[in-house]
Amino acid sequence: MMLRLSNRMWKWAAGILAVLLLSVGAYAASSTTDKVSRTAKPEIVIDRSKSGDKCVEETSFMRKNHMKLLMHQRDETMHKGIRTEKHSLKKCISCHASSKDDSVLGSNEHFCQGCHTYAAVKLDCWECHASKPKQAAPGAAPAVAATVPAPAAKVGAELK
Amino acid sequence: MNDSQASHHSTSEVDEHRRNFIGASAALAGLTVAPGVVVYGLAHAKPDSEPVTNKVRWGLLVDATKCAEGCTDCVTACHTENAIQTGALETDPHWIRKVELKDMRTGRSQSLPVMCQHCEDAPCVDVCPTGASFKRADGIVLVDRHICIGCRYCVMACPYKARSFIHETLTDQNPDVPRGKGCVESCTMCVHRVDRGQQPACVEACSKAGHNAIIFGDLNDPNSDIAQRVAGHPTSQLRADLALNPGVRYEGL
Repeated sequence: MMLRLSNRMWKWAAGILAVLLLSVGAYAASSTTDKVSRTAKPEIVIDRSKSGDKCVEETSFMRKNHMKLLMHQRDETMHKGIRTEKHSLKKCISCHASSKDDSVLGSNEHFCQGCHTYAAVKLDCWECHASKPKQAAPGAAPAVAATVPAPAAKVGAELK
Repeated sequence: MNDSQASHHSTSEVDEHRRNFIGASAALAGLTVAPGVVVYGLAHAKPDSEPVTNKVRWGLLVDATKCAEGCTDCVTACHTENAIQTGALETDPHWIRKVELKDMRTGRSQSLPVMCQHCEDAPCVDVCPTGASFKRADGIVLVDRHICIGCRYCVMACPYKARSFIHETLTDQNPDVPRGKGCVESCTMCVHRVDRGQQPACVEACSKAGHNAIIFGDLNDPNSDIAQRVAGHPTSQLRADLALNPGVRYEGL
């Protein structure tokens, strides 16, 4: 009888202790670092010397709808041979590739990967498509971006 | 008013494009019959914004009498253009392969490239369960990798062994030629080049090697080099008994 009672009591005690510990821990964490519950916003660097001032559409529109534009363009190109640049994946990459390694993938600073990691949306474009713009033929003059210091802009701030 | 302005504007854009194109093709072909009369063998490049039409039927003509034994320039050019890495596995893709034929009685041997024959009634298109294997309006047979599920029915159906399945993860693709694991692929007749008004890589390589064994052009255009050759010379289709009407024809087989 004693043993059974104490068993039940032990369970209760352990439960209460666990809740107490968790709340103390959470309080301690929130007092030392702020926004612990949120994933850090991506800090993407866009090379404005390459991309110019504007995207092909408004930034807010692109954030919501780029996938629709890409999907539409994909079918137009594949089946009808329409190869306009404006909404093509190749155009996205040529403007938004990082000035460091000329890619849109690689780390959370890179244009495509940064936002998609933040939004937890899987990217499978790159299983077939190249993540870098087409390289100039060997011996050709180096790209302008390599010689001109690039005025960089941070997108992370805009996202807040 | 606005409408008429807009239409006028777009017409002048088209005119400008035509002028540029005629200039470019004159420079490329360099065949001037008389002042102002230019014969250009290179096919018409369409504006990027216009869809392909069935007025054009792209085709290849392979002259087996000119194809040199042991020469694989067309295969190498295909691999370079489409970023195909080969040489490691039996399952490596082949979009174009050189076939050596030998008549055992007479000892006469022949060499010819075989690629996707871009059939009018393509068996691969017939059997594809998802619609990934399709024929473009201009006769080029392609695989839409966005829809391909990798079932390989088309590989079985193709009488020319033209299709390959990609077993391994790929890297360093040509941005113009997306390719990846889990899909079937085959010769695209260098569709990305054709849409820009260029010739397929194999054709270019063959003429660079001095053989001129493969010519490319519009089978529907009676003035094109290929249509005139097909009309004026005996040519054959591979497996003509299947009545697939391939876009690739052979001469001297």
